[in-house]
Amino acid sequence: MLRNAISHLDPPLVLSLIVLSGLSLVVLYSSGGENMDLIYKQGIRILIGFIILFLVAQLSPQTLQRWAPYIFSIGLILLSMVLLVGIVGKGAQRWLDLGLFRFQPAEIMKLGVPMMVAWVLTRHPLPLRVRELAIAALIVCGPTVLVILQPDLGTAILIAAAGVLAIFLAGIGWRWLLAFTVALGAAGPLMWTMLHDYQRSRILTLFDPWSDPLGAGYHTIQSIIAVGSGGANGKGWMNGSQSQLEFIPERSTDFIFAVYSEEFGFIGAVLMICLYFFVVARGMYIAFNAQDTFSRLIGGALSLTFFFYVFVNIGMVSGLLPVVGVPLPLVSYGGTSMVTLMAGLGMLMSIHTHRKLMPQ
Amino acid sequence: MTGRKRSDAKPACRSFIRQYFMLALLFLGFAALITRAAYLQVVMKDYLQAQGDARYERIIETKANRGMIIDRHGEVLAVSTPVDSVWAHPPTLLHEGHSWVRLAELLNTSQSSLKTLLESHQDREFVYLKRHLSPPITDELVALDIPGIGLRREYRRYYPAGPVFGQILGFTDIDDVGQEGLELVYNRQLSGAAGRARVLRDRVGHVVDLTEQINPAVDGQDLVITIDSRIQYHAYRHLSAAVKEHRALGGSVVVLDAINGDVLAMVNQPKFNPNNRLDRKPEQFRNRAITDVFEPGSTIKPFTVAMALQSKLLRPNTLIETAPGVMRIGRSRVRDHHDYGLLTVASVIMKSSNVGAAKIAMMTKPDALIDVLNKVGFGSATGIGFAGEVAGTVPSRKLKPFEHATLSFGYGLSTTALQLARAYTALANDGRLLSPRLIKNHVPVAARESFRPRVVKHLSGMLEMAVSKEGTGFSAQVPRYRIAGKTGTIHKIIDGKYAKDRYRSVFVGYGPATHPRLVMVVVIDDPRGEHYYGGKVAAPVFSKVMSGALRLLNAPPDRDLSRLKEGKA
Repeated sequence: MLRNAISHLDPPLVLSLIVLSGLSLVVLYSSGGENMDLIYKQGIRILIGFIILFLVAQLSPQTLQRWAPYIFSIGLILLSMVLLVGIVGKGAQRWLDLGLFRFQPAEIMKLGVPMMVAWVLTRHPLPLRVRELAIAALIVCGPTVLVILQPDLGTAILIAAAGVLAIFLAGIGWRWLLAFTVALGAAGPLMWTMLHDYQRSRILTLFDPWSDPLGAGYHTIQSIIAVGSGGANGKGWMNGSQSQLEFIPERSTDFIFAVYSEEFGFIGAVLMICLYFFVVARGMYIAFNAQDTFSRLIGGALSLTFFFYVFVNIGMVSGLLPVVGVPLPLVSYGGTSMVTLMAGLGMLMSIHTHRKLMPQ
Repeated sequence: MTGRKRSDAKPACRSFIRQYFMLALLFLGFAALITRAAYLQVVMKDYLQAQGDARYERIIETKANRGMIIDRHGEVLAVSTPVDSVWAHPPTLLHEGHSWVRLAELLNTSQSSLKTLLESHQDREFVYLKRHLSPPITDELVALDIPGIGLRREYRRYYPAGPVFGQILGFTDIDDVGQEGLELVYNRQLSGAAGRARVLRDRVGHVVDLTEQINPAVDGQDLVITIDSRIQYHAYRHLSAAVKEHRALGGSVVVLDAINGDVLAMVNQPKFNPNNRLDRKPEQFRNRAITDVFEPGSTIKPFTVAMALQSKLLRPNTLIETAPGVMRIGRSRVRDHHDYGLLTVASVIMKSSNVGAAKIAMMTKPDALIDVLNKVGFGSATGIGFAGEVAGTVPSRKLKPFEHATLSFGYGLSTTALQLARAYTALANDGRLLSPRLIKNHVPVAARESFRPRVVKHLSGMLEMAVSKEGTGFSAQVPRYRIAGKTGTIHKIIDGKYAKDRYRSVFVGYGPATHPRLVMVVVIDDPRGEHYYGGKVAAPVFSKVMSGALRLLNAPPDRDLSRLKEGKA
């Protein structure tokens, strides 16, 4: 029975996830100032994450497909509730207090949106019809707008990306894709006016962080300095002066890669990026080898979302992208994103391991 | 695109292309991240490392301990004690508005003034909130642990003896730099040299680690002064009591070692407490014994007589006619208090006869008297090494007869209390003039021959008589010791004229008369009580301080009790 359950795990993925989680604890010990409390908390989160991964992996892709509308609906209701009764946390309404624990409904949508898109697009055999496309677009836009209103641009981008990637994988025509890109470009100036001031300044400072070194450019500059001063070999664990002297903001959460790079250098950075590449590549491999369209779409979308996470975070830390609150998967300190990430990875394993049980 | 109408096999092919497109995109993404890392960590490494170092490495000054000031017996008179000052990192503290209530309360200020201070310094990294906190407040601040707040170790000067040494020591400012008195003059020796150190500082400026000591701080040297605290206390107590009793404006007492010229005590009134930083008035912290000059009056008479004896114009028992107590010189007159009639030279001193002194002086040219006055140091600074010392004046050689006459009893020249004491060392020390010394490690200046020992022996006898029952300085007597001294009661000059009823009461003398150990000057400025004569106001202070000091020094008594009783009978 247990053996059967374990067989639903994908050994290469599990192994790389364990290595990443281990690295997380190692870096946290340094960035958190040798605070064991932090390590215990993160350790428990990792444990819970793996349990969720294990449980989700047991569900067959068919079950997931059946559940998709329900998960999406619940997510939508909760998101609306957040806007109405959500308590204010860190200046933005993101959290729903469920008494025992606080909960960020936007996280559900990271899974709910791509699942729902896949569900809608696979109800009829391919190729796509305009009606399905329109519904899929609505499914992506609704939650995205709700999350933007919170306002949480980072999560909104991740949700939108997950949905758009699912649509793209479903085989949307290049023409549509081109049209979408043009539309996005046209909407750019409009979106610019809708952004908050701090968001605008974050994007502007990306082009010239040194123009305001103590203000908007501060995070980016400190982070770039930390990464760069690590050099090829790094300053050694617990020896990153920028990190240890508290020059790096949010150094245990969003900017943990800066601490890691300073202490482990270019070699360490390449190692971690390669680990992520392996996870994403394995996810794509699973998606490409999926036996039904829903699995293929959901697998591909989740893998690419994972990549998106990594790219946006490391891009932000190394000054390639503006500062948006996107954590580094499995390594940043924090709970909610860990649960959804592990659930998503569980789905990938489910897709891969339920394959052989299906009749050809 | 028409692909939508193709067979099932075709979308598979198309998704195959799409898969490679996806993979290529992924690969490009990761390649971009690695390229960026390589750019930062390999290409830009040196630049970014320098940028990083600039953010956490600072060179700071490490403070040197200020040296102590101690008396001749090692008693501590001035010492720097460590205290903490609280400073803020304005950008950080501005975001801690909720902590301001408690902070303002602890620092005894208002929230609004705290806010104003922080906002006016918000582009700075450092601003003092309050200097020199008391230890309990420091502890509470540490317990509060407010971000953006730091403590800096500083030193606060403390003067254990308070007002007793006030004007000698002076004081330092809040940065422990000497501002007055010895603290100012010997600031360099006391303060030493600050060191420099390279330190690691975190984002809000706290020093985290000391990486390199560039040059260590050199602590200041202690300053040992010649003052004997016990005598100083004594002098302080009796002078302040007398100034109070006689409702005087102020006063000074100077005690010199009669053998080597060391300053053993130097006190002034009104008092000055250097520990009190809020209320400092120049008229309080001025060291009057050195900075204020006055006409010495009758205390000069012994030098007039010494001049005559030295040049053999007369002998101690030569008779001088002072009747009728008034002497006319041109249109002016010299007066005595009584008509003393025919006086010996000794009695001129004992009774302090102005007419007698004038007659003695006028037996020769003014130059002779002026030479003697210059010889015992009037008109030239003592070189004691104290800021603001005044030299006093001795008149030029072209004197009118009346000026010549008044100079013989101490008008027309000016002196500080210290100079007057120095002049009397010549009488206490067999005719050798000493140089006062205040700093222990200064090389003593050789004594200067001023009078023949024989002349001094005569004078000493006369000055003892001045303190006898019949003398003006009777109140200066000290039980069991023989005292030699001279009173002086001088009309003060107010608005350029001699004021009729405003005086300065002076007594200067030494003891024990047979083997002098101490020379002392007492000056009481403007006594407004019942008495104003030097013999009534200054002499009792002399007696009390001299008596205590001789006992402290274990000086052997040179006057037997039987004679004392006899004298009183």
